[in-house]
Amino acid sequence: MAGANATYKVIGTRPVRHDGVDKVTGRAIYGVDAHMPGMLWGAVLRSPHAHARILSIDATRAEALEGVHAVMTAADLPDPGTGLAEGHESGLQSMRYKSAGLMARDKVLFEGHPVAAVAATNKHLAEQALELIDVDYERLPVVLDVREAMQPDAPLLLDDLHTGDLFTIGGSDATGGPSNIASRTTYEEGDIGAGFAAADRVFEGEYTLSMVHQGYIEPHNALAHWSADGHLRVECSSQGQFGIRRELADHLQWPISKITVQPLEIGGGFGGKTTIYLEPLAAVLSRKSGRPVKLTMSRSEILRGTGPASGGYVQVKIGVTHEGQITAVRAKVALEAGAFPGSHVNITCLCALGCFKLDNFRIDGFDVLVNKPSSHAYRAPGGPQGGFAVDSLVDEICSEMGFDPLAFRALNASEEGDLRANGTRLNRVGNREVIDAARASDHWRSPLGSAPGRKRGRGVASAFWINATGMSTAVAQLNADGTVTLHEGSVDIGGTRTSVAMQAAETLGIPVEDVDPIVPDTDSIAHTHVTGGSRVTFATGWAAIEAARDLRQRMVNGLADHWDVSSNSVVVEGGLFRQNGDTVSFKEAARILDGDELRLVGSATVLPQGVGNAFAVHIADVDVDPETGKVDVVRYTAVQDAGTAIYPPYVEGQMEGGVAQGIGWALTEEYVFDDEGRMRNVSLLDYRMPTTLDVPMIETIIVEVPNPEHPYGVRGVGEIPIVPPLAAIANAIADATGVRIRHLPASPPRVQAAIAARQAVHPTAWRRRAPLA
Amino acid sequence: MATEILSGKVHVNTTINGESTDFLAEPRESLLEVLRETLGLTGAKEGCNDGNCGACNVILDGRLVNSCCVLAVEAGGADVTTIEGIAGPSGLHPLQEKFLEHAALQCGVCTPGFLVSAKAMLDENPNPTEDDVRWWLAGNLCRCTGYDKIVRAVLDAAASMRGEG
Repeated sequence: MAGANATYKVIGTRPVRHDGVDKVTGRAIYGVDAHMPGMLWGAVLRSPHAHARILSIDATRAEALEGVHAVMTAADLPDPGTGLAEGHESGLQSMRYKSAGLMARDKVLFEGHPVAAVAATNKHLAEQALELIDVDYERLPVVLDVREAMQPDAPLLLDDLHTGDLFTIGGSDATGGPSNIASRTTYEEGDIGAGFAAADRVFEGEYTLSMVHQGYIEPHNALAHWSADGHLRVECSSQGQFGIRRELADHLQWPISKITVQPLEIGGGFGGKTTIYLEPLAAVLSRKSGRPVKLTMSRSEILRGTGPASGGYVQVKIGVTHEGQITAVRAKVALEAGAFPGSHVNITCLCALGCFKLDNFRIDGFDVLVNKPSSHAYRAPGGPQGGFAVDSLVDEICSEMGFDPLAFRALNASEEGDLRANGTRLNRVGNREVIDAARASDHWRSPLGSAPGRKRGRGVASAFWINATGMSTAVAQLNADGTVTLHEGSVDIGGTRTSVAMQAAETLGIPVEDVDPIVPDTDSIAHTHVTGGSRVTFATGWAAIEAARDLRQRMVNGLADHWDVSSNSVVVEGGLFRQNGDTVSFKEAARILDGDELRLVGSATVLPQGVGNAFAVHIADVDVDPETGKVDVVRYTAVQDAGTAIYPPYVEGQMEGGVAQGIGWALTEEYVFDDEGRMRNVSLLDYRMPTTLDVPMIETIIVEVPNPEHPYGVRGVGEIPIVPPLAAIANAIADATGVRIRHLPASPPRVQAAIAARQAVHPTAWRRRAPLA
Repeated sequence: MATEILSGKVHVNTTINGESTDFLAEPRESLLEVLRETLGLTGAKEGCNDGNCGACNVILDGRLVNSCCVLAVEAGGADVTTIEGIAGPSGLHPLQEKFLEHAALQCGVCTPGFLVSAKAMLDENPNPTEDDVRWWLAGNLCRCTGYDKIVRAVLDAAASMRGEG
């Protein structure tokens, strides 16, 4: 449908976003800004232990404090039963585990696990009341490392969990007793034994990563009012108002029709706000107190008590011929689920090998419980962990065997018709085009340069990402003056009001300024899936296109009546309607149709197939200070196939933001736990995200290989940019120093120690590899 | 001590965005809390409540501060500029215009803090280099943009205010 040479009037332009002025003047209302008259403030009591049995909870003293209106524990939540939480957009899970994640029932499984909550007349008083709740714990042994947690004698987090209770993909599981291994995923094709036998060289590597956080700036929040008539209204920020409503209904066992979720502006999510933490607690406190109740998290609660991205362990083995052809890949991945099942290791398995044309591979993934926060989606969930390992080893192969790393990737590039790990085949993709654009880039063709006292190196890495779809709804309403009010169900986390409105405007042939995009509450539009999976511009954009087409057809029918001709004889051309000698503009048509209600609203709910996969190549130059081990990223280029870049400044923005997060993951960000599972770096000073001084300007090269399935060629763009930076930077460090970093983050002490260890072995000189280009 | 309910509010008179403003505050309340909860000026955001993210930044007597780390009673007699006071009656401040033009925001929750910080810098240094901008904004965390477009927007706004745009 889409063509590379399609000419568009709106798509590809750079209008000011519709919500821009509100957001630069401080007027935009975010979830944390929600307010209702008579509102109480809540606070949550959290476990100080990473693993303990709750012997008793006594809230008598808290309840007696003047100004405290309600106290709740897990006993105030309905019995969740034993079923699966089906239809939840935050991932497959047992309802019982989900409920226990909201508030601990008999055991706490991580430091920060909620145990009780209070509502009081102000926040300080609520926090004081928490200190008056007495909880008796019996502490239990903790397990923090996935390899230890997989051992048969490891402390069990959930003593009724068996591997595969939730799902198993491929292969077969030995049935055994309870385990910390929640699920296993196996993808395989061909014959890896024969593949490795055909290899001239076989390379192996082991890699580990620390747990990291999404790091959104806006804390989690929920304002709930459970009215005396039984209607529950929740105002909050999330990545999807319908997902929040569904989970509220299931946790509270309350009719969906009696719950309204109003999505307020969201201050970042990156996957971390596709689930609920506070909403049901605020609702229960509201029901108990009869007043609206607001809960927000402090930064330490966010770090301790929400869903970071999994750390873990990856083992990779790759066979290659002298000519550089990959003959086989074998990989094993164990990711930290945290306290409950749900790492994205199955997606690691699906995506980690996607850049390469492989005849023989096997990859096994294990979802492993440890006494850490319950992990959740973080931008390309599961992608960076696999990418770091595979692209580090690929770089080692290139380095050892003397291949140009981009030429190696081109030689082994997957393309249309090739198998993906799960056995399905690639559609038209831009893998080759992205590699070619990287090779042609100014960065790749520029000399490395140097800085005094520093070791400089260049690294590259590539990535494949699957992207997602899901149901989306849009309603286009024609106003009498020819403007269009576009209701679209997707929460706008970073410019999608405009990227969706642009597709409606393009379809209708009107300026995007004439389309006013609105994100309504759950009562005011039909279901729309979560804002995540790089799906909004793809799927909700598609809904907007269909709604615009529906509106346009209704306008044609209305004008046909007006002209007393058949609809077939009305021709639409851009924003013009013609029949015989008559031509009316879109605005004139709106005036003619004013009052003709049937002709004024177009709508569509879609569940599009034909997701376009994404590919990216990144190039990083780093300076390493050999004395301190500090690594500075001095130049960075990201190349990515966007399909069609609907709203280019925000495609660039996704790429730049993903790179910055990847730089943080590679160099500075990590959860630091003590031996008892207590997080030691619980502030934004000590959990070290990149600042303006830690990232350079980021060069972006958008490649456009239109997705043949989407009306305007859209792929997803948001997630993949976080995948390549980890390996690109580690590879650049290796190029600079000869030291391979196999654990992230490559923080100064680790890099310094690795350099010192290498110098002890090779005291004579720094090894500098031949130039890459 | 933990059960003691602090009471007794302090009357504070201050100037906020050019308007004389009175409020009552508990001694333990931060300026950020009063701005947001008492005065309804929710443009300043709480991202960390310990001075590490800059989302709550305001200008207090010409000095850039984290309003989460200033007690409300300390604002007595002071002149406070918040994000709500950056735009003039005739329209947006050049920094705001350039943030929009350069797409220097995504979720936008850190944006008020960045704009206030950038304004404080331009009040002092109308001709900043890229290094100056990065140094001044290093106390503001943005998780969406990677800072590239923010730095460009600030440099462009500075040029425009110098009449070079």
